[in-house]
Amino acid sequence: MSIFQFISDFFRDSAHWHGQSGIPHRTLEHLQYSFMALGIAAGIALPVGLVTGHTGRGGNALALIATAARALPSYGLLVLMFFWLGIGLTPVMIPLVALAVPPILVNSYEAMRTVEPSPVDAARGMGMGPVAVLFQVELPVALPLILSGLRSAAIQVVSTTAIAATVSLGGLGRFVIDGLYQRNYEIVVGGATLIAGLALAMIALFWLVERLTVSPGVRGGR
Amino acid sequence: MIQIESVTKRYPDGTTAVDDLSLEIPDGSITVLVGPSGCGKTTTLRMINRMVEPTSGRILLDGSDITGQPVNALRRSMGYVIQNAGLFQHRTIVDNIATVPRMLGWDRRRARDRARELMARVGLDEALARRYPYQLSGGQQQRVGVARALAADPPVLLMDEPFSAVDPIVRKSLQGELLRIQQELGKTIVFVTHDIDEAIRIGDMIAVMRTGGRLAQFAPPTELLSSPADAFVEDFLGTDRGIRRLSFFSSDGLELSKGPLVAVDADAEQVARSAAAGAPYLLLTDAEGKPLGWVAAQDAAGGADKVAVGRLLPFGRPFAAGRESLRDALDCAVLSPTGWAVAVDGEGKAVGVVSQETIGAAIRSAHARHEGAGGTDRDDFTKAGAAT
Repeated sequence: MSIFQFISDFFRDSAHWHGQSGIPHRTLEHLQYSFMALGIAAGIALPVGLVTGHTGRGGNALALIATAARALPSYGLLVLMFFWLGIGLTPVMIPLVALAVPPILVNSYEAMRTVEPSPVDAARGMGMGPVAVLFQVELPVALPLILSGLRSAAIQVVSTTAIAATVSLGGLGRFVIDGLYQRNYEIVVGGATLIAGLALAMIALFWLVERLTVSPGVRGGR
Repeated sequence: MIQIESVTKRYPDGTTAVDDLSLEIPDGSITVLVGPSGCGKTTTLRMINRMVEPTSGRILLDGSDITGQPVNALRRSMGYVIQNAGLFQHRTIVDNIATVPRMLGWDRRRARDRARELMARVGLDEALARRYPYQLSGGQQQRVGVARALAADPPVLLMDEPFSAVDPIVRKSLQGELLRIQQELGKTIVFVTHDIDEAIRIGDMIAVMRTGGRLAQFAPPTELLSSPADAFVEDFLGTDRGIRRLSFFSSDGLELSKGPLVAVDADAEQVARSAAAGAPYLLLTDAEGKPLGWVAAQDAAGGADKVAVGRLLPFGRPFAAGRESLRDALDCAVLSPTGWAVAVDGEGKAVGVVSQETIGAAIRSAHARHEGAGGTDRDDFTKAGAAT
């Protein structure tokens, strides 16, 4: 049986569209876990990256942390956390956040480093306060790089959230894990397709956000 | 008036950027801070809007110490123009210019109307209003920078090497534009440059600074050129300061001789009368009176209408009588193949010719006049002429 046959059978089976274990509900769960992890990671990494980038201090320490965090195996961390903390959302969030922090951190740092000094000098000289300089002068110009960090993080998190299913949680990983257990490859392939589709949807989402928030003057100047 | 009183700026690492500097910057005129790199000119400028705080000494604005004022309010009362314009690339041209009015709480429409008004003032096409900075040339961006600094109509304008990053032709036109705007607005401008020619062209007063942040001389340009305070200033001014000083002497009083002017249709008798005036060359003019070229007096003896226009000696660049300086007149005479400069009026019609000898005499008497007056006054016509 071809992989395309699996996919079309999976999506055509109306049993897969209803209830707690249906596609809509699992997708929603998957997105909930992903956005939660992304939100926590952004809450940590954005301020740190923006401040260190703005002041230009601590860049080396940042690179070290980011590299170390990237080397962490998500699945290994999950298993470790599961045995330590038991069943729950926390053991899942920790590896996902660890995965999302490095790209957000490194990109927001770099974004602030690449802001030209002369508009900042001009803004200060015109009597703009430090907060206004950050939000009205630096961030609008740094936004494309910051968004690209968030996008990489989102794609990685959405793809990796599947591991939540291995510790009895929901999400699209359920289809893959349960399918493997039941040797029902139609469900495995269907679940994998949904995860890949969601990752692509992230790219589309961030493309849209960038179109809406980045000034044409910044996009055109690159 | 901005008074800088014994101001010193010393950094923690021990370097002294500005050393015991005292200056009185007069209202309504352009004061240029000029000097080699590392002379503290930019630091001095940045202390006026408190981007840099002095280590000791004080700066007074209209009699009150600037450290007593809220720093952002102080900066909003002073326009600030920097080298690469420093435009906000995410904002349109009109919104860039409207920055300070918006900060002062003007509503968007009023701020934008004001911005469009300023675009016209600095010579920017209104079609550029909705463009972004990356779509503009360096010279246009710098005009936007000047407009942005003028937007809230501040009495003081601080300019830090504003024209250094553009090519010489654009720089010259921006300088002219600044002088024209200054004539209309009469701001108190402090202008930093490392280019002594720029300083002489635009400055009403020039402060020459030397490495180590010390003032070498503070004087109007003519005085600087005629009597540099010491060897450093003399060296900084360059070798042709005598010639450059001529820029400040009007060609107004030059004695122009009309004798050698001959219309292209003049007959032998008219030519003979002109030749009798004693000039070795005659300047042929067309029917409207515009110069065509030089011809030796004996070659035209048969009548100007017999002379082949194609074989005339070129007359080079003419100078605008009265509006251009003695330096321009001398330059024209030196470049002319006959050694005579051609003077024209506003419409380009020849009004007379003048020899190098006559110009030389005019230079000597101009010098005598300026020495007699103490050498401090200046002919203001030059700036007006330069601005047009």
